[in-house]
Amino acid sequence: MGTKAGATQVGSLSQVVTVTKYNFLNYFRARRFYVMLAVILLISVLLTALVGYYRPVAFLGLPGTPASQAVLGFYGAAWGGTGGFLSFSSLVVILSAAFFGGDAISGEFQNRTGYFLVPNPIRRSAIYVGKWFAALVASTIILVVFAVIVMGNGLFYFPGAVPWEFEQSLLFAWVYLVAALSLTFAFSSLFKSSSISILMSVILLLFVFGVVDDVSMFVAGIEPWYSITYGAGIISSILVSPYPQHEVTESLGAAFGRSRTSANPHFVISTYTASVPEGLEILVAYFAVTAALGLWLFVKKEFTS
Amino acid sequence: MANAGPPPNSILPSLEAVQLTKTYGSFTAVSGLNLKVEGKKCVGFLGPNGAGKTTTMKMFTGLISPTAGSARIGGVDVTKDKKAALASCATLIETPEIYPSLTPREALSMLCEIRGVAAGERRKRIDEALGKVKMTEWDDKKVGSFSKGMKQRVNVASTLLSDPEVIILDEPSTGLDPRGMSEVRDIVKSLSDRLVFMSSHLLAEVTEVCQEVAMIDHGKLLVYDTIENVTAKFAGGGGSVEIGFVKDVDAQTQAMVAKINGVKEVARSNDKHLVVRFDAGTISQEKLFEGVAGLKAGAISFQHSSGLEDAYLSLIKETL
Ligand SMILES: Nc1ncnc2c1ncn2[C@@H]1O[C@H](COP(=O)(O)OP(=O)(O)OP(=O)(O)O)[C@@H](O)[C@H]1O
Ligand SMILES: [Mg+2]
Repeated sequence: MGTKAGATQVGSLSQVVTVTKYNFLNYFRARRFYVMLAVILLISVLLTALVGYYRPVAFLGLPGTPASQAVLGFYGAAWGGTGGFLSFSSLVVILSAAFFGGDAISGEFQNRTGYFLVPNPIRRSAIYVGKWFAALVASTIILVVFAVIVMGNGLFYFPGAVPWEFEQSLLFAWVYLVAALSLTFAFSSLFKSSSISILMSVILLLFVFGVVDDVSMFVAGIEPWYSITYGAGIISSILVSPYPQHEVTESLGAAFGRSRTSANPHFVISTYTASVPEGLEILVAYFAVTAALGLWLFVKKEFTS
Repeated sequence: MANAGPPPNSILPSLEAVQLTKTYGSFTAVSGLNLKVEGKKCVGFLGPNGAGKTTTMKMFTGLISPTAGSARIGGVDVTKDKKAALASCATLIETPEIYPSLTPREALSMLCEIRGVAAGERRKRIDEALGKVKMTEWDDKKVGSFSKGMKQRVNVASTLLSDPEVIILDEPSTGLDPRGMSEVRDIVKSLSDRLVFMSSHLLAEVTEVCQEVAMIDHGKLLVYDTIENVTAKFAGGGGSVEIGFVKDVDAQTQAMVAKINGVKEVARSNDKHLVVRFDAGTISQEKLFEGVAGLKAGAISFQHSSGLEDAYLSLIKETL
């Protein structure tokens, strides 16, 4: 216990809460949050208008499809990205993670706000964790807004209950958000420039991992168990009934793919799908490893101009 | 959480650098600095641009870590336990920025919470601090729209919240207007019951508010002593004063002043002012004053110029 005035230390946990509170306040008032919200609303409006006007089969099912089948198709197309669609939920997760996490730490250096916060009786880890929670709250709001709009549409076309698969998918999307935010935070600790760390986050999550997944599967024939986007595949896989098989191998006559053995040279490509436990494991591993890495980088990083 | 508190043997507030060193690649910014300042007083930290003042202060506040040696506040090594070391130390390093969408009141509340100011006290402390830097009117406007000087005023206020024993200020009046600078001087003077360690290039400010000075150059300590001792030892033994006259000074007046016994050099600093350098060995300031008054040449003001400046210039010959 401090014996002198002003020398009492505050517990790290309550400091985390403080940092979260004021960072969230800062996020919530900043233009960025509303830009993000506007992007989500734009996607939603387009989605709603498109489905309402064209009534595409991919969303609403072929006439005669039993409603229990068709409803999954709807959520798959509007949320999960099944059937060759861009996964809107992943897009929302990636954009929020990049927007709220991509410069969270680099901004403290580049904008010099760290000079206000860091030279205080507070551990750097408490600052990191507090900022991470603030970004998580802000991006969870964005994700939930999008989910509510998708659900609203779903209930309009398929009144009754929301399928449990969608509820799970939403949960998986949130786990993906947790992992992605951890990753973007690590990036923001690595770079000193805010724009570079945001850009790197978006490029990596939106393109690089996707390419890596494809190359790994189709060219090398290896399951991309090390890829965050592969793990996040469970968001859409859960909306497919029945759940896709772990490995599907197709033989191809064309000179594409790889030869299974040199003795038996016909070409095959394999498509892998992570099971739910595997997908969750990958996402949790990403969260843990990148959280530790980012924290370590931030604790070591020097405030030099 | 563990509430370590200050170690029991730290009765007086103190800052101590032990063989403190910081290198950037092959460049040594701070080189084996040994300095202990202790007690309730204000210590000026002087040195030319690039001397290593900010680098030293950053090591005391955990913004960077030393390459070798240690920085201790109240006996606690900042690298080993920054949280305990800074528990009773407020800091202002360079010109921090505040989250732009927060108001000064919110930003200061954040620090109050982090620094453990009791919930019931916070409002009063923030009001007082904002009052001292004359930012009360702006307490609920977003910091993002503030000018540089307004932000710096809030930064200064941030050091006054938690009743710290030690305050580290790195050029606190950077970006302030003349009134702001004078207000900061008054604030620092009012902190006389604490240890204030302040870097500054304004020697008049340092002379006015500090009792002691530490000078560094090229990352090495040149001298640490009271201002009187430093001035006596290094100001060349002489002194200089500036004398103001009612009307423009003519050559005849200037010649008469030059003839006063002990005067070494007389120069016009502007139409109505003369700067007189005198040899403290043969004449005291009092005698000089009497001599000038005796001329009846219309002298109306007599100001001692900073001996600290002479000491500084003689200690720090070539900079950079
Ligand atoms: N990140 C860095 N990389 C390389 N050199 C650095 C770095 N940061 C500081 N330096 C060097 O360290 C030296 C000391 O810098 P410092 O900022 O401590 O000086 P200062 O005494 O505060 O000067 P000023 O009066 O201009 O504020 C300078 O020569 C500077 O160039
Ligand atoms: Mg400096």
